[in-house]
Amino acid sequence: MTIRSTHTTASIGLTVVALAFLGIFVALPLVTVFVEALSKGIAPYFSALVDPDAVSAIKLTLTVAAIAVPLNIVFGIAAAWAIAKFDFPGKSILITFIDLPFSVSPVVAGLVYMLLFGMQGWFGPWLREHDFQIIFAVPGIVLATVFVTFPFVARELIPLMQEQGRDDEEAALSLGASGFQTFLRVTLPNIRWGLLYGVLLCNARAMGEFGAVSVVSGHLRGLTNTMPLHVEILYNEYNFVAAFAVASLLALLALVTLVLKSILEWRLGYAHRSAGH
Amino acid sequence: MIMPGRWRNLAVGAIISASALAISACSQGSDTPEDGKEAAAEILNVSYDPTRELYEEINPKFVAHWKQQTGQDLRINMSHGGAGKQARAVIDGLDADVVTLALAYDIDEIAAKTNALSEGWQKRLPKNSAPYTSTIVFLVRDGNPKGVKDWDDLVRPGVAVITPNPKTSGGARWNFLAAWAYARKKFGSEAAAEDFVGKLYANVPVLDSGARGATTTFAERGIGDVLLAWENEAFLARKELGEDKFEIVVPSISILAEPPVTVLDGNAKRHDTEAVSEAYLKYLYTAEAQDIIGKNFYRPTGEAAKKKYASTFPAVNLVTVDGDFGGWQAAQKRFFNDGGVFDRIFAEAKK
Repeated sequence: MTIRSTHTTASIGLTVVALAFLGIFVALPLVTVFVEALSKGIAPYFSALVDPDAVSAIKLTLTVAAIAVPLNIVFGIAAAWAIAKFDFPGKSILITFIDLPFSVSPVVAGLVYMLLFGMQGWFGPWLREHDFQIIFAVPGIVLATVFVTFPFVARELIPLMQEQGRDDEEAALSLGASGFQTFLRVTLPNIRWGLLYGVLLCNARAMGEFGAVSVVSGHLRGLTNTMPLHVEILYNEYNFVAAFAVASLLALLALVTLVLKSILEWRLGYAHRSAGH
Repeated sequence: MIMPGRWRNLAVGAIISASALAISACSQGSDTPEDGKEAAAEILNVSYDPTRELYEEINPKFVAHWKQQTGQDLRINMSHGGAGKQARAVIDGLDADVVTLALAYDIDEIAAKTNALSEGWQKRLPKNSAPYTSTIVFLVRDGNPKGVKDWDDLVRPGVAVITPNPKTSGGARWNFLAAWAYARKKFGSEAAAEDFVGKLYANVPVLDSGARGATTTFAERGIGDVLLAWENEAFLARKELGEDKFEIVVPSISILAEPPVTVLDGNAKRHDTEAVSEAYLKYLYTAEAQDIIGKNFYRPTGEAAKKKYASTFPAVNLVTVDGDFGGWQAAQKRFFNDGGVFDRIFAEAKK
């Protein structure tokens, strides 16, 4: 009896602390974004969002995510499959490399591409001779985004696929299915929730990335500004309503991501349980 | 264990539609840069931090002017940031047709490290290639609560000074040299000047990378008692954020800042934009542009605008970098390069 009551006190206390912490550090700033964005009313809010520079920033952000996320789906599934289903020398090195973008500061990631493709870098002069622009243009932004978002899909799939083992695939193959058939009809259905979960996180990061993109963007208004960069520029131009209006879109993206993530986590738990039976 | 078919289809469908989206986005992405008309020209002006509002106003005027002169449509792209950082980006391949930076040294660097322009660039346009000038003033909070009157007051204990990092910001280098010039005149030696500037930087809590970042730190985030600012930036902050919130204090000595402009010939030739780039910069010297320059709180160099805006700009005792510091090459080398005076001072100040 006593044990149970202390247990309840402790758990209530911890819950209160956790909620207070969340309220101050997460909910409050999020609310502030919307309050600031709407501080001058609805009309300035929407006119900030249809401003040509804002529209081009939104378009660029969507474009970059639409390229980076599918690439990471392909790379992520391939890497996870190789790691989970096969044994080969250098496997642990591959896992380490997949984790690299998590441990490297995004600014460094941006600078690496600068050193590779900048005019003072390895390939810059050759690229300019052939009229390709990578740094300070959309390709550089895509590269930097792919780099920082690389681990999300793979990291989500590796433990899932390892847990599932290779029995199903072996059964399918021994029954005469081709490799591709096995992937499509056995592997993919088994990993679908984990995959969607990884894609969701990957997308959120791709749209929100600031550091790496800032290094390689060149900050050309209407050309190479993604939404996070555009927010900074607007803020620096004393255009606070517009800055927070664009920021509110990113905040909305975060909220949608959060809801979808909760749904997926619930489905994923369900899938894990049924896989265990 | 075996999943119902519709789930499988969903997963496959999700991936296929994601890839389709990517492909359509790719093809969209590739034709957006060319959605202008065929004959339209496009130039990129890489500038320093506080000129955003100035060029936002000048560019449409020049676009109209160019259209009227040649019939050609023109789009002017802008990039802003700390002058040192911007010069670095141009050296790394930011494909600028013209640069309009905070000080000559940064353009010298571009000349030295790329083959985009020749060493004698500063002689090509009138007035040392500086169509507008400015100086460094103090911005303080309303009522000047810390009683800041001159450079002396910035080294008092308890006065927090906001200035950007001279390594990345052009304005910050002008700030540094202005403080140095004051101390050298007042205390009579270089050693005393170094001691004075060291004490000043010991009072700096935040070093932003560009002038505009420093202004938002001071004005929006409310940090510090004094902002060392471009005169135009100080005026603009008052105009944008409230005349009743800030006051401008003009020190007894400051520095004549000449932010120069030039065409990067190598890039312009490659883009076939030499004529329009040159016309753009020459336009900055016209009466029309000079008036906009004065209106945006830069000191005009044209006679008519000088007269018109004479009452806006207080008379300041101005030293020059050529007269008092032996030019930007010498000043940069002595004060701001790695291992220079600023590094020494800053390492001391942080102790």
